Amino acid sequence: MTHRIATLALQGDFAEHESALRQCGVEVMEIRQRADLQKTFDALVLPGGESTVIGKLLRELELFSPLQERLREGLPVFATCAGLILLADRIENEPAACFRTLDVTVRRNAYGRQLGSFHTEGNFAEISRVPMSFIRAPSIERVGTGVTVLSEFNGKPTAVMQGNQLALAWHPELLSDHRVLTWFLERTLATGKKF
Amino acid sequence: MDQKQAELNRNLAQMLKGGVIMDVTTPEQAKIAEDAGACAVMALERIPADIRAAGGVSRMSDPEMIKGIQSAVSIPVMAKCRIGHFAEAQILQAIEIDYIDESEVLSPADDLYHIDKTAFKVPFVCGARDLGEALRRIQEGAAMIRTKGEPGTGDVIQAVRHMRRMNEEIRRIVGLREDELFEAAKELGVSYELLRYVHENGKLPVVNFAAGGIATPADASLMMQLGAEGVFVGSGIFKSGNPAKRAEAIVKAVTNYQDAAMIAELSAGLGEAMVGINPDEIKLIMEERGQ
Repeated sequence: MTHRIATLALQGDFAEHESALRQCGVEVMEIRQRADLQKTFDALVLPGGESTVIGKLLRELELFSPLQERLREGLPVFATCAGLILLADRIENEPAACFRTLDVTVRRNAYGRQLGSFHTEGNFAEISRVPMSFIRAPSIERVGTGVTVLSEFNGKPTAVMQGNQLALAWHPELLSDHRVLTWFLERTLATGKKF
Repeated sequence: MDQKQAELNRNLAQMLKGGVIMDVTTPEQAKIAEDAGACAVMALERIPADIRAAGGVSRMSDPEMIKGIQSAVSIPVMAKCRIGHFAEAQILQAIEIDYIDESEVLSPADDLYHIDKTAFKVPFVCGARDLGEALRRIQEGAAMIRTKGEPGTGDVIQAVRHMRRMNEEIRRIVGLREDELFEAAKELGVSYELLRYVHENGKLPVVNFAAGGIATPADASLMMQLGAEGVFVGSGIFKSGNPAKRAEAIVKAVTNYQDAAMIAELSAGLGEAMVGINPDEIKLIMEERGQ
């Protein structure tokens, strides 16, 4: 049976995620408005982009509550950069958080402006030498007790998992190395539960 | 600039996709744009319609004004420098701008050479009217391309023309035999490697936005349906009756550009659109600057 993965396609690099997902052999659907939630799916992708824009559109297109409910019910979610900010319980330099289903505190634009963007390599869980691009990236300043840290940079977590939620401060979707996405799909799709 | 930095700069443009970049002239406007859902703002002293009206030489904005906008918002801030004016670009890099627009909207500083953008760490966006211009700018180091449109007119015809022309040429290149690419590269004045990328991938190697004359949600939808990956709105917002409402409507129209019923709702009761001028009626054709 083919799994169907939904991307939140409001703004950002969802097309890159979709291309990576297809290469991993899953079916892809886009969520752009409330009517798109009539279809069921196995997991959700929250892409990179501007979290302020995506957060605002989530609310105004009336997607926020139904998606938050599904996240609370255990919907597997793969979130990168802006996606991490959307899941975080608290944002240090912003008054309003979004879904608040991931027990971490993040800091937006933690490495400064575009001149502070950088590329590095690191370990993710048991996968070694994963290429990691940080683009005006957020940092993870605090992790709650139920949260597992899967990658770090300079002693700070850059990838975390809580339940079925995997959130990264970097962008595996921009490169052709899909080991992290495969790792996520293998771990979260086994139950076959639809949302 | 090393290869990794060039890659990161192209990546930043990928994060802007599906978004609206708005021209702003004050921190207050920047805040309105951010609150309305802009994915980035373009800081400039005068919006293109006013540059056109004022005439004379128009230059890079006052760095103090740009810094004011940088501290007002958390989204990326872009600013324009004149075509070929690498000293202005150096200043913009020094104040850590997120993106430089080497723009035909300002008076060109050099009628022959564009800036060697590979010499900078900060990314550049450049205007292009066709595939040749786009690939030449990318060769020079541009990390993002936009149509040139005819800035400040509120008339979308040029942006449409540029987007159609670019995509038509891309389709032609895709259809060529491999041994015809060398001649095509020569004709377009671009490198074989870049042309080969277009041949193999059916798209530019960088993100391509629409710019120039976009004034309504319908204009934004039109450009997205023609293949734009996002839009710049210049004079269209702050020259209209209700900037905040119009800006929000254009943001939503870009996300749901294929949903005509939603765009109908978004287009209702927006107040007055910018009046606009017809490019055939004006003497100064900005799109011809820098080819």
